Amino acid sequence: MKTTSSDNNKAYWRANVSLLSKLLVVWFVVSFGCGIILVDWLDQFSLFGFKLGFWFAQQGAIYVFVALIFIYAWRMKIIDRQFGVSDDEDEA
Amino acid sequence: MSTQMLTYLFVGLSFALYIGIAIWSRASSTKDFYVAGGGVHPVVNGMATAADWMSAASFISMAGIISFVGRDGSVYLLGWTGGYVLLAFLLAPYLRKFGRFTVPDFIGERYYSRAARIVAVVCLIFVSFTYVAGQMRGVGIVFSRFLEVDVSTGVIIGMAVVFMYAVLGGMKGITYTQVAQYCVLIFAYMVPAIFISIMITDNPIPQLGFGSEVNDGSGLSVLQKLDSVLLDLGFSAYTEGSKSTIDVFAITAALMFGTAGLPHVLVRFFTVPKVSDARLSAGYALVFIAILYTTAPAVASFARLNLVDTVHNTPYAEAPEWFGNWENTGLIAWQDKNNDGIMQYGSGAALSPTKPSFKGNTGAHGERLLNNQPTESINEVYIDRDIMVLANPEIAGLPGWVIALVAAGGVAAALSTAAGLLLVISSSISHDLLKKTLLPKITEKQELLYARIAAAAAVCIAGLFGIYPPAFVAQVVAFAFGLAAASLFPALLLGIFSKRANKEGAISGMLVGLVFTFSYIAYFKFVAPELNSAEHWLWGISPEGIGTIGMILNFVIAITVSRLTAKPPQSVQELVDNIRIPSGTKATANH
Repeated sequence: MKTTSSDNNKAYWRANVSLLSKLLVVWFVVSFGCGIILVDWLDQFSLFGFKLGFWFAQQGAIYVFVALIFIYAWRMKIIDRQFGVSDDEDEA
Repeated sequence: MSTQMLTYLFVGLSFALYIGIAIWSRASSTKDFYVAGGGVHPVVNGMATAADWMSAASFISMAGIISFVGRDGSVYLLGWTGGYVLLAFLLAPYLRKFGRFTVPDFIGERYYSRAARIVAVVCLIFVSFTYVAGQMRGVGIVFSRFLEVDVSTGVIIGMAVVFMYAVLGGMKGITYTQVAQYCVLIFAYMVPAIFISIMITDNPIPQLGFGSEVNDGSGLSVLQKLDSVLLDLGFSAYTEGSKSTIDVFAITAALMFGTAGLPHVLVRFFTVPKVSDARLSAGYALVFIAILYTTAPAVASFARLNLVDTVHNTPYAEAPEWFGNWENTGLIAWQDKNNDGIMQYGSGAALSPTKPSFKGNTGAHGERLLNNQPTESINEVYIDRDIMVLANPEIAGLPGWVIALVAAGGVAAALSTAAGLLLVISSSISHDLLKKTLLPKITEKQELLYARIAAAAAVCIAGLFGIYPPAFVAQVVAFAFGLAAASLFPALLLGIFSKRANKEGAISGMLVGLVFTFSYIAYFKFVAPELNSAEHWLWGISPEGIGTIGMILNFVIAITVSRLTAKPPQSVQELVDNIRIPSGTKATANH
């Protein structure tokens, strides 16, 4: 089984890496982007009484981080099943 | 009951709880000792990871630093949480699939080399000790204030407790104690934050409170008021940055990649049953962490506002009780430069040298007299940043039980992280250094004994660091992250994502990263501290952020050297293929 499924595993890995890249772009944009590089520019807008850039740096980015990890865990569970490499049956 | 009695009671009760759990879940095998038998539920594991993760630096120091530097303090918030994302995405699931006890285990096997394993052990011990030193200092501060003993005695009490459960319980004991510690520390952090948020803004949610209007009728929000108050006193505005963008970028990146490479957090993911659980567990951990991390900046701004309100232009004779209490620990000092008996607070260092040195007698108003020379600055008050969170409920005038609760929380935070780190140090010595390298013939029982001896020795060394502390808690910790980012993270990442990475590349990369980062930090902090300013730094990057450059160097060297030398053997390439897919996860291997 191991040798015949090697193409399948490669495709699985590509799907994983592509999902990771998309999520890491979001990760970079909210933290290094909004929280650091664009912080002064964003400060002209306001949200809940905060300057927007300041809010991203001290609050917003953290909320997005939490969401990203759960999105990854959820999407990967689907991808795992799609490629038949899920660890669900291991417990049996 | 007095605050003092309540503090003894709360700290005592929480200790009894931790020790009780440690005894109840005592480790009986090396597997229990190292990875808690490998069968911990993701939510429980997430909570333990959060306690492990949120150290004295997060609990005690972080809000204090943000409080004094304002927006620049975001590096800690972004760095420590953003690194978690990297950990969950890039490392945790694969290391769980690999399924051995320690980080050097992975590096040793993936790079098929005893030398690589030893280099990893050296990096790990280095990083862990730097980190644990900060924790012990945190324990010392908490005890010195709340139990009214001096810092050294406080550290020794802390050592005894850590020793009890890290040495006897191992990972199994630690996992369940850390769950208890998380509950204690988050409760202790949130209660005063909610109280103070209601007092200042009428909004019970601190995360929203520090953006809301202050209820003094001025119509200004907390941050606007803070900006204007600080500008009046000659500070820079709270919501503006003063560090260069590149330095903020580098420090944040060093903290992020360091987080992902931190051995005591990585080893946490060896304790869940499945790969999908490892992914989920990281998510729960971050939820538990985010509760504290989004509250910290609120606490920071409230504390600063309250501090200015209560201290500035207050006659010393009328200073609140907490001022004198903290003055007794040596973490607050006042020097009456203009002899008016009134405390003036402002920007600039109050004293020269900046840390107070007390004469032992008191002055006209009852203040402790100092050996320090007064500076040109009008500022008369020295305040150690590390006290802000602990003193915050007292500054806001909250009831005694809240103050006692914060003391118990601070101790929980420091002890949980210290225990996790000591465990990593001891397992890497007994497992990687002795069992896998020097004494391969020892039995499991002997290995467990060596692990306990190593943990005991590590406790003593860590205690020494706590009694003779190197610097601010969070600063010391920040260096540990720089070193982890520059040494361990690239080796781990390439080990999973590049099949071409080989032992020559990994070893040279780790060594260059570690040596470069360590020398840069040592040069500016110890050899030539007078040159430690932006114009002397490489590209304007401070020692706190240099781990980022160390990491890039590590990557470049590891990839180049790997290309120029032989491919890794077939068996290693198959190992990489295997850890990339979740199915077929075994319980953490027992040797």
